[in-house]
Amino acid sequence: MVELLLPRNSKVGKGRHHPAPAGAKRVKTFSVYRWDPEGAGNPVWDRYDVDVDACGPMVLDVLIHIKNSMDSTLTFRRSCREGVCGSCAMNVGGRNTLACTHGWQDVPGKDVRVSPLPSQPVVKDLVVDLSLFYAQYASIEPWLHTTTPQPQGEWLQTEQDRAKLDGLYECILCACCSTACPSYWWNGDRYLGPATLLQARRWLVDSRDEATGERLDALEDPFKLYRCHTIMNCAQVCPKGLNPAEAIAGVKSMLVERVT
Amino acid sequence: MAEASPGARARPLSPHLQVWRWHVTLAASILHRFTGMALYVGLLMLAGWALALASGAAAYDRYMGLLASIPGKIVLFCMTVALFFHLANGLRHLAWDVGKGFAPRTADVTAWAALVFGLVAAVVVWIVAPMSGGL
Repeated sequence: MVELLLPRNSKVGKGRHHPAPAGAKRVKTFSVYRWDPEGAGNPVWDRYDVDVDACGPMVLDVLIHIKNSMDSTLTFRRSCREGVCGSCAMNVGGRNTLACTHGWQDVPGKDVRVSPLPSQPVVKDLVVDLSLFYAQYASIEPWLHTTTPQPQGEWLQTEQDRAKLDGLYECILCACCSTACPSYWWNGDRYLGPATLLQARRWLVDSRDEATGERLDALEDPFKLYRCHTIMNCAQVCPKGLNPAEAIAGVKSMLVERVT
Repeated sequence: MAEASPGARARPLSPHLQVWRWHVTLAASILHRFTGMALYVGLLMLAGWALALASGAAAYDRYMGLLASIPGKIVLFCMTVALFFHLANGLRHLAWDVGKGFAPRTADVTAWAALVFGLVAAVVVWIVAPMSGGL
């Protein structure tokens, strides 16, 4: 359902202000979404005046700096710090991105606003519950389906067939695209969302997979697939430069082609 | 959903539209829907016009008087913009349906083009129509 406003318990209030340390030369203000399951009240925007000379160039560097030297209660996920794991996906300056590969200087506006991935249940601060997202990914059975007997060695494919997976296999499941999609915001319980559908496409075009028909059957549904209205938020935010909207269109054409 | 630990309070929903930085493709998408709905109303107005025409000269004059009034003209102008934008954006959807025009840059440019076309074409119609006696 379309719900333009946040539920009452989710409206974000004003939080604490953490001033910059004395002597800081270059200061940038970061507004960070805070919610503590063990605390009381609604989520708030905490404002941190960060001495940016004391930390690295990326948004994640700033968050780590805040946690180390300003406010150790700040909670966020991070791991690889190089755009491979997808853990630090969050909304920075109004767009979903990976904090580790996004320079804070590239964020437009005076202050940098950092919030969790949009329209998801918040576990704590910048950490959201992606259980539904992962369940949707599992629902497309993202592994090779075959009926022919297993070959002695590997399942082979030509270089041309392998090239069809380019632009699909690189997805790291960070959920930036899915949680950027208004269709997914309103119908996330029934629409599979850009990331899962891009992955669905990845298995549909794999020359080694032998369940293309069944996979298409499973996707032919007014909600699972056809809630994509080419709003294009997914392609704009993908930190790996992939294009889920295009992949979804590819799935739609496969459904048309098999009946014509 | 993973269960929250017992006794924990309900999880809030993270902000979405409240924080999202708008983009032209997002605007074009929602405008496509709004203009589509507006054009349903436009269709009713057209049906009303036909009905007035069939109901005799007096009814027709009254109906046309309503459309020719300042608020009537504003509504009609908005309808013209809606029609041309919806048409242009519909072409984007046609291109997407055959798998073309998905590159983010291309989608940006075509979104702007549809918006500009909607406005410019409407203005042109409203300049040409009075000159040709159509208003």
